[in-house]
Amino acid sequence: MITALFNDIELMIMLVGALVGIASSLVGTFLVLRGTSMLSDAIGHSIVFGIVVVWLLTHQASGPLQIIGAALTGILTVFLTELLVSTQKVKKDAAIGLVFPVLFSLGVLLINLYASDVHIDAHTVLLGEIGFVWLDTLPLGGVEVPRSLLSMGAMTLLNGTFIALFYKELKLATFDEALAKALGFAPGVLFYGLLLLTSGTAVAAFDAVGAVLFVAFVIVPPSAAYLLTDSLGRMFLYGALISIASSVSGYHLAVLWDVSIGGMMAVMTGVFLALAFLAGPRYGIAAQWLQRRRQRQLNESRTLMVHLYNHEDGPEKAVENVTQALREHLRWAPARAKDVVERSRQRQLITQHGERLQLTQAGRRLAQEILEPGVSH
Amino acid sequence: MSLLALLSDYTLQNVAIGAALLGLVSGVLGSFAVLRKQSLLGDTLSHAALPGVCLGFIVGGGRHMGSILAGALITGALAALVMLLLTRMSRLKTDAALGISLSVFFAVGVVLLTYLQGGNNASQGGLDAFLFGQAAATLRSDLWIMGGISVFALALVAALWKEFKLVSFDTQFAATLGLPVAWLEALMTVMIALAVVVGLQMVGVVLMAAMIIAPAVAARQWAHRLESMVLLAAVFGIIGGVSGAMISALARGLATGPLIILSLSSVVIVSLMFAPGRGFVWEILKLKRDRRQLRYQQVLTTLYRLASHHSDPGYRLDQGMVDAYHRTNTKRALDRLMRRGLVTLTTPPSHEPGQRKQWVLTAEGYREAERILDSLGQEASA
Amino acid sequence: MSDTLHEPNLALHVEDLTVSYHGKPVLWDIDFDVPPGVMAAIVGPNGAGKSTLIKSVLGLVPSVAGHVTLFGRPYRGARRRVGYVPQRSSVDWDFPTTALDVVTMGLYGRLGWLRRPGKRERAEAMAALVMVGMEAFAGRQISQLSGGQQQRVFLARALVQKADVYFLDEPMAGVDATTERAIVDILRRLRDQGKTVIVVHHDLQTVRSYFDWMLILNVRVIAQGPVNDVYTADNLRRAYGGQIALLDDVTAPHPESPAAATSEDKSVGKSADDARNPPADSALGNIARETP
Repeated sequence: MITALFNDIELMIMLVGALVGIASSLVGTFLVLRGTSMLSDAIGHSIVFGIVVVWLLTHQASGPLQIIGAALTGILTVFLTELLVSTQKVKKDAAIGLVFPVLFSLGVLLINLYASDVHIDAHTVLLGEIGFVWLDTLPLGGVEVPRSLLSMGAMTLLNGTFIALFYKELKLATFDEALAKALGFAPGVLFYGLLLLTSGTAVAAFDAVGAVLFVAFVIVPPSAAYLLTDSLGRMFLYGALISIASSVSGYHLAVLWDVSIGGMMAVMTGVFLALAFLAGPRYGIAAQWLQRRRQRQLNESRTLMVHLYNHEDGPEKAVENVTQALREHLRWAPARAKDVVERSRQRQLITQHGERLQLTQAGRRLAQEILEPGVSH
Repeated sequence: MSLLALLSDYTLQNVAIGAALLGLVSGVLGSFAVLRKQSLLGDTLSHAALPGVCLGFIVGGGRHMGSILAGALITGALAALVMLLLTRMSRLKTDAALGISLSVFFAVGVVLLTYLQGGNNASQGGLDAFLFGQAAATLRSDLWIMGGISVFALALVAALWKEFKLVSFDTQFAATLGLPVAWLEALMTVMIALAVVVGLQMVGVVLMAAMIIAPAVAARQWAHRLESMVLLAAVFGIIGGVSGAMISALARGLATGPLIILSLSSVVIVSLMFAPGRGFVWEILKLKRDRRQLRYQQVLTTLYRLASHHSDPGYRLDQGMVDAYHRTNTKRALDRLMRRGLVTLTTPPSHEPGQRKQWVLTAEGYREAERILDSLGQEASA
Repeated sequence: MSDTLHEPNLALHVEDLTVSYHGKPVLWDIDFDVPPGVMAAIVGPNGAGKSTLIKSVLGLVPSVAGHVTLFGRPYRGARRRVGYVPQRSSVDWDFPTTALDVVTMGLYGRLGWLRRPGKRERAEAMAALVMVGMEAFAGRQISQLSGGQQQRVFLARALVQKADVYFLDEPMAGVDATTERAIVDILRRLRDQGKTVIVVHHDLQTVRSYFDWMLILNVRVIAQGPVNDVYTADNLRRAYGGQIALLDDVTAPHPESPAAATSEDKSVGKSADDARNPPADSALGNIARETP
C-alpha cells in the first residue's frame, strides 16, 4: 500500500512540488514582511559558488555536505551584502545586486577552470527538473523514496520547527526590530538563522525546480497571502494552501500542454497572486474601488444633509433647498445630483416635493451629528 | 598570441565592441536605477526577458537577433510595468514586486522554452546561452542592432535629462511643476530593458544585475554631480566590459561574462577604497590626521597652561614631564611643534640639575595656544 | 462647468475637501479660506492631516470630495503662481548634486521640454540663494549641508519660481535657531511684498509671533481666521484634546505678536481651569511641543 503510494509518480511529483512551496513560503513570509525578499534571489544564484567549491573539495554533487555548503554560501552572501551596506556608501538594494553576481561569476570561472567536463552543470542547478524526481531514489524502510522528497520533507520540517520554536521572537523582530533588540531577542541572529534555512531550502529545491523557480515559491505565495490577510498565522496558512494548489494545478496543466512542470507550478503561483491582487476581499483592486465608491457616496449624502440643514431655517430656503441649487452651488453634474437625491430618499433622509427638498428627522439628526460631533441632540 | 594579432582578431573585436556598448548603456541607464533605489531592476528585467526571447524565436523562425531582442524588450517592458502596477496599486513593497515579476515571468519563459523544445524538461542549448551569455557568438550584424539601441537609449537620456534628474531627486516637487511624473517614472523603469537587451548576449541573465549596478555605484564614489556620475559610470562600464573581453580572449576557456563582472567589481572595490572624500583609505587617513592635529593642540595648550599657571611664559619642561601629563609619549608631537616653530629645545641654566634639554614655548607658540583656546571658547589665561 | 473664476479674491479657497486613506478619514469636510497677503499657519496634532491638506491642494494626493481654487482658478490653471517647499525628509539628500543645481531645478517647469538651463537660469538661481543667505554654498554637495542649510536650499528653490502663494511643509522643524529666524524673515518679506505664505507649522509656541492668520486642524477644521481670534485656549483644547498640559499662560498676549495691542481679554486665563496656579517655571515650557 505504502509502496504503491511511493510508486505513484504523479503523486510524488506533486508532493515534492508542494513541499518546495511550503518550505519556501515558510521562510519567504518573513522575507517579504521585512522587505528583503530579493535576498532569496541572491542566495539562489550565489549558491552555484558553494556547490562548485564543495564539489571540488569532496567530489560530492549532492547530499548533506552540499546542503551545508550551500547554507554557508548563503550566509556568506548575506554577510558580504550587509558589510557593503554598513559602509554607508552603498544602498541595500545595490549591495544585494553587487555581491551575488561576483560569487556566481567566481563559481562559473571555477567550473571553467577545474570542472569543465563534469556533469555538474550550472544550468541544471538553475533550472532543476522536477519531472525526474522519481528517478533518483533512496531505499527507506524497504520502499524506494525519491531523494528530493526526503530532502524537501526534511527542510519543511526544519523550517516549520524553527518558526514554531521562535514564533514570538520572529514576529516581534519582524514588526518591531528595535523592541526585539531591547528585549534581548537578538533579531540579527534570528534572521541569520532564517537565511541559513533559506539557503538550505534553496539547495534542496534545486533538484526539483532549480534556483529561479525556487525564488517564485519563496516570494509569490507569501505575497499573495499578504494581500489576503493581516494575521501572520493566516499568512502561513494561505501561503501553504496556495503552494499546494499551485503544485497540483501546475502539474496537471504541464502534462496537458506538455511543458515544464516546475515552470508551470511557478506560473500558477503567479496566477493565484493575480487573483488575490484583483479580487482580494480587503486589499484587492476591486475591493478598493468599491470602498472608494462607497466613501464618495457617503460623503455626498452627508454634504447634501449639511447643505439642507444649514439653509433650513433661513430665508434662502426656497433658493437653496432646491434641486437646482445642488447643481449650481454644490457644483454637481445633473446626473450625479439626481443620484444623490435618489439615494438619500431611499435611505429616508429627505423627502422631495416637486423641486423642493426637505430633511426628515433622521436626516436632520445626521446633519447635526456632522456639524457638532459628540454633542447630543 | 601577439597583441596585434589579438586586436585584429575578428571575434575579439566583436566581443570587445559589444562589451563596450553594454558597459556604456548599463552605466548610463543604471545610474538612474541606482539613484532611484531600483537597482535590482536589471536582475528582474533580464530574467523577464526569457519569455520574450522564446517568442522572438518563434516569430522570427530561428535565431534572428532582431526579433529575439524585440521580444526580450517587450516582455522586459511588460515585467517593469507589472512591477510598477503591483507597487502602486497594492500594499506590496518594491522588493516583493521585483521578485514576483522576476520569477513569474521567468517561469513563463521556462514553460515556453519547453513548449518550443517539446518536452517536460527545459534542456540545454538555447537556455544556457541565455543564462550565461554567449559573447563569442556575437556577429557584426548583432553589433549594429546593439549600437542602434545604445544610441537610442543615450538620445532618450539626453533629451529628457533634466526631467529624469528632477524626478529621480524629488518626485513630489516635480509633480507640482506639472511634470508627468508617472509617465517619466514608467519610462525610466522600462528603459532599463534597453540595457538588458544589449547585455543578454554578452553576460547572460544572471550577471545583468551587476552590469546595471556596478558602474553606477563605482561612479557615485567619485562624482559630485549627476552629469559627472553618469559620464564616469559610462567610462567605467566601457573599461570593465573591454577588460573582461580582453582577458577572456587571452585566457581561452574562461567565460566572458563572469570576467566582465569581476573587472567591474574590482573597479567598485577600488572606488570604495580610494575615492577622494568618500573612500575608506581617505577616511582613515583623515581620521589619523585629525587625531594628530588634536594631539598637537593638546600638547601646545598644556604647555601654555602650565606656563600661565607659573606666570612664566618661558616655563621649561622635561620630556618626561610632558609625557607624564599626557600619559603617553609626546616626543613626536613636540618635534612637530618644534618644526613649526611653536616650541623649542633649550639647555637648562647651569644652576639647575640635569643636562638634558627642555621644552619651552616660543612667542609664536604662545600666541597660537591662545588662539586655539580662544576658538574653543575657553579662558585664554587660567 | 463654466470658466468663470470661483472666489478670485481669495489666495486659497478650499471647499468641502475630504480625503480618506484605506477607509480612514484623514481630512473631513474642510472649508478653508486664506486671503491674499497674509502669513498663515496650519497647526494641529500629529496625524491631523496638515501635510495632507497641502498635498491635496497641490494635487499630490487624491481627494474623495471637495474642490480647491487658488485666486479663483483650479490648481492646474494656477500652477505658475504657486511655490512649494516640501518636507526636508521627503528627499534622499545623498543625491549627487549641488545647492545651486537644486535651486535651478525650480525653473525646470518654466523651461519646458528639451530646453536646458543656461546662464540666465543659473543667475536667477544664484539670486535666490543670495536671498536665503546660501550663496557661499552654491557649489557644495547637498549631502554635506546641515539640516538648516538644506531647508534654505529648498526655500530658494521655491523662491526662484517667483510665485504669488507659497506652501511650506514644516520648514522650521529640526533647524537651528539662526535658520529659523532667517526663514521667518524671508517669509515676512514675501508677505510684505503682497505674497501669500501658507505654512504647516509644528511649534505652537511661536505661532502668534510669526503668523497673522491660522487654521487649527484635526481631521476637521477646528477654527480659522486671524491668529489672535483663533489662538484661544478653547480652540486649542478642542484640537489637542488632552495633549496640552497648561494652556492658561500660553494664551496671554504675546509681546512679539503682530496684533498684541488688540488682543481680547477673553483669551486670557478666563477659562474654567483658572483655579489652578501656574507653576514657578515658565509655563510656556509646559506646552507639549509638537515634534514633527
